[in-house]
Amino acid sequence: MDEILEILSNNARVTPAEIAKMTGKSESSVKSAIKKYENNGTILAYKTVIDQDQLKGARPCVRALIEVSVSPQKKVGFEAVAERIYSFPEVVSCYLVSGAYDLLVVVEGENLQTVSNFVATKLSSLDQVRGTATHFLLKKYKEDGHILKKKDDDKRLNISY
Amino acid sequence: MKYQISQKVENLAPSGIRAFFDLVLGMKDVISLGVGEPDFMSPWHIREEAIHSLEQGFTSYTSNKGMPELRKEICRHMSHRFGVKYDFDEETLITVGVSEALDLVVRAILNPGDAVIIHQPCYVSYGPVVELAGGDPIVIQTRVEDGFKVTPEQIEKAYTKKTRAIMLNYPCNPTGASYTKAELNALCKVIKKLDLLVISDEVYDELTYDFDHTPISALPGMKERVIYMNGFSKSYAMTGFRIGWACGPKPIIDAMTKIHQYTMLCASITGQIAACEALKNGTKSVQEMKREYNRRRRFVVSGLNDLGLTCHMPQGAFYVFPSIKNTGMSSMDFAQNLLKEQKVALVPGVAFGHDCEGYVRISYASSYDNLKEALTRIGEFLK
Repeated sequence: MDEILEILSNNARVTPAEIAKMTGKSESSVKSAIKKYENNGTILAYKTVIDQDQLKGARPCVRALIEVSVSPQKKVGFEAVAERIYSFPEVVSCYLVSGAYDLLVVVEGENLQTVSNFVATKLSSLDQVRGTATHFLLKKYKEDGHILKKKDDDKRLNISY
Repeated sequence: MKYQISQKVENLAPSGIRAFFDLVLGMKDVISLGVGEPDFMSPWHIREEAIHSLEQGFTSYTSNKGMPELRKEICRHMSHRFGVKYDFDEETLITVGVSEALDLVVRAILNPGDAVIIHQPCYVSYGPVVELAGGDPIVIQTRVEDGFKVTPEQIEKAYTKKTRAIMLNYPCNPTGASYTKAELNALCKVIKKLDLLVISDEVYDELTYDFDHTPISALPGMKERVIYMNGFSKSYAMTGFRIGWACGPKPIIDAMTKIHQYTMLCASITGQIAACEALKNGTKSVQEMKREYNRRRRFVVSGLNDLGLTCHMPQGAFYVFPSIKNTGMSSMDFAQNLLKEQKVALVPGVAFGHDCEGYVRISYASSYDNLKEALTRIGEFLK
């Protein structure tokens, strides 16, 4: 991976001037590389990783991992049914996987009821869907490489040779 | 009661900066750029292996030389990575960090009055271990215009008939200086001519940024006159495990082992098992850490130069050694005032030798956010 992407994927707030210093490139070449990545869709978005558990007074939210078995269709395979599913705003992630089922769908909703309703009325009712198994998420420990826990303090001595 | 302290210990140069260190250690909320160890934790697979070994009951002594499995793994590493072949049984010793290996080697080879060439700025223990072993350290002062590297001419000039060995450390703590193969070849020519041993501390070898690291023992005809030392502290972020090693000619390794068996017995088994895992599966973690250090290196050097603190680009380790001469302050005053006014800690140059005045050591083994904030504060301090 290009070093610019590596830096931004760890911390999207680093400025082009700072990236230029870190990599020994010129600021303008860093800027134009970023522009290129944004234009060709390599960089899709800049996001902030939030530990939802830390939010006080936020709307309650439940997440479920749903195993979905589907019948692939002629010519379009899994693509068409996947698109029908991932287009629902309730679906936060959707993956085609190998193994006992086909699509792993991550759904978010206000409470158990809303997620269950979504599965029953929107997902299971699709013609190509042969079956679902829903797993409600109880606790998140690590997400996208981030351990969801406040970082430990530096355990080193403040000064040493 | 009046306690007698050995004359040799009494004579060791007192660490004038101890008080400064104590001040830093007692202070809270300091951004420290004074730390001589990685800010990464030991990679999890290494820690996990250590935990597993404890669960399995590996809590005993090991052989004096260290676990054969680890010594074999080290020799495999030396051969694969650098093409230097060492015998795991006769030419390799596991020590409690490179620090112990340094102490062992000078005690093993020196007779009273023998001299050892050391370079300054250098790691703080080089002079004292030579003195404790009854030897005389002869100091070569490396110069900023040479990139803080020892030159062949300096070695020739420092040599006397009593000189037995030269101690090298590259990449260097505190300057980050390192040597290309060609530069090492030039040094080796005069080292061979003067028939010197080389005590080579290469503990920062994996953190070499601008060219490939070459162990001095890998150069033609050098293996027989080099005691090569390395450890797991810096490359694998394993300082607390305290595992180092020495590779060298059998008679010297035998002599070092003799002292080691009476004084240390062996390095901790947990550390040795963790070190084994590091060599077997740690390459990826090392490369990731190195890439991150390299970015910080460029960032800090450029930031310091922008602030008017002239700073050469170090080629390795995780230190920069900027000049503070244009502030008019001594390195100790600079460090103390910066600590008091801006709560940023660094190590004054004098810690690394009397003649290292005019410089400070900044460690970039600190998070990017810390480095950025520290540079801002240094900027405020200089206003």
